[in-house]
Amino acid sequence: MDVTSILVEWTPYLIGGISLTIGLVAIALGIGVALGLPFALVQVYGPRPAKAVISAYAWFFRGLPVLVLLFLFYFGIFPAMGLDPPAFFVGAVVLGLRGAAYQSQIFRGAIQSINEGQMIAALSLGMNRLTAIKSIILPQSLRIALPGWSNEYPEILTDSAICYAIGVAELLTRTSQIVAVTYVTMPIYLCCALIFILLNYAGMRVIHMLEKRVAIPGFGAGAG
Amino acid sequence: MTDDAFVLRVEDIHKKFGTNEVLKGVSFNVRKGETIVFIGPSGTGKSTLLRCINQLTIPEKGRVWLHDDEVTNSGPKISYFRQKIGMVFQNFYLFDHLTAVRNVEIALLKVKKMDPESARRKALHELEQVGMKDWADHYPAELSGGQAQRVSIARALAMDPEVILFDEPTSALDPELTREVLEVMKKLAKSGMTMLVVSHEMGFAASVANQIIFMENGNIVEQGPPDALLYDPSYVRTRKFVGQFADLTQRKD
Repeated sequence: MDVTSILVEWTPYLIGGISLTIGLVAIALGIGVALGLPFALVQVYGPRPAKAVISAYAWFFRGLPVLVLLFLFYFGIFPAMGLDPPAFFVGAVVLGLRGAAYQSQIFRGAIQSINEGQMIAALSLGMNRLTAIKSIILPQSLRIALPGWSNEYPEILTDSAICYAIGVAELLTRTSQIVAVTYVTMPIYLCCALIFILLNYAGMRVIHMLEKRVAIPGFGAGAG
Repeated sequence: MTDDAFVLRVEDIHKKFGTNEVLKGVSFNVRKGETIVFIGPSGTGKSTLLRCINQLTIPEKGRVWLHDDEVTNSGPKISYFRQKIGMVFQNFYLFDHLTAVRNVEIALLKVKKMDPESARRKALHELEQVGMKDWADHYPAELSGGQAQRVSIARALAMDPEVILFDEPTSALDPELTREVLEVMKKLAKSGMTMLVVSHEMGFAASVANQIIFMENGNIVEQGPPDALLYDPSYVRTRKFVGQFADLTQRKD
């Protein structure tokens, strides 16, 4: 059996893997932003004990290898809570929680880079702190964070392959299964690699388009 | 309320940063329509004093009154007082991600909850007052310092303040740009706006101020109309300070 017909035959199966990979990345990025941004705000504006909790969180999730985190949650933490969620769910949550730890630091840096005069001016007009953060500080710091944040996409995409280890039927898992069945190795793995590269490229294009769209003359990364 | 009543009363303001006592009990009153210029050596607490008035800096002791309402210790009502007491900063502090007109309208939308159309109309009107209407759609980075400062004056004006605090509004500008900002401020003073100005522009002080307050080391040393304070000061310290600027403040008669 030649390689082409093998690939054609297994394409639907691979596409299923691609969609699971994209699902992992999308959910993980969603969790990352949804938690990372509030964590960053707490670290900048929050009370001291809350800051300490977030620091501990970031330290924990950045300090352990992804594989260790995956096993810890899949075989340890979830079962200990009496839960038995699907591997896909565990993978997405672990990648998301880990992403939140990294992203909280990206957002924190961006928020802290905003000149304190912006907050002072907002307060001087009668805004309260919350309004000032929402209307003045966040729109600026999110633009500043975007280039740094864009690293998160390839990071999480490549990390997602490690979910192979807990049996999520994502791209790498399915690739390996095809290899095991057909005994064709190199072309199949190359194909898998090519798909990862294409996914990476497509995602980065989207992020660059977003960066251009929200760019402001003389402000942030596009300044100069 | 008579015209003679005080708009703003500042009573015994004390402020320390660490062990450094920046303000040592400053009191003064402001009448409606008055322009008061604060002069004195750098680091004598003039800017801190302005920030204590709208509570951007909280003084340890002392009180501020707007008409009969206490601004100090006012809790969440401080938002109302800050709208009534506008502020213009040395470094403009325009919101960098917003165009000129959006800089002026944002607080109208978010604080005054004005509808977008009226807010836009008012913002454009205020920009026109400072000669910046043609630049409404430009971002702060595209404006000269003088233009940026004029936009920031429009931003303060949009809230319909009763008093505007100017914290060294021209110190970051070269002489030409300084002139365009001072022109706007002169016009504003003439229109009856009550203004407190920290400035080293002695020419402006001489020609626009109703009162000049000379401060040193956290105290008011001397206070009076320009004629008295600039040309016939009572204290040696004042005389020494204004003497340095004699060529700038000479009466043209």
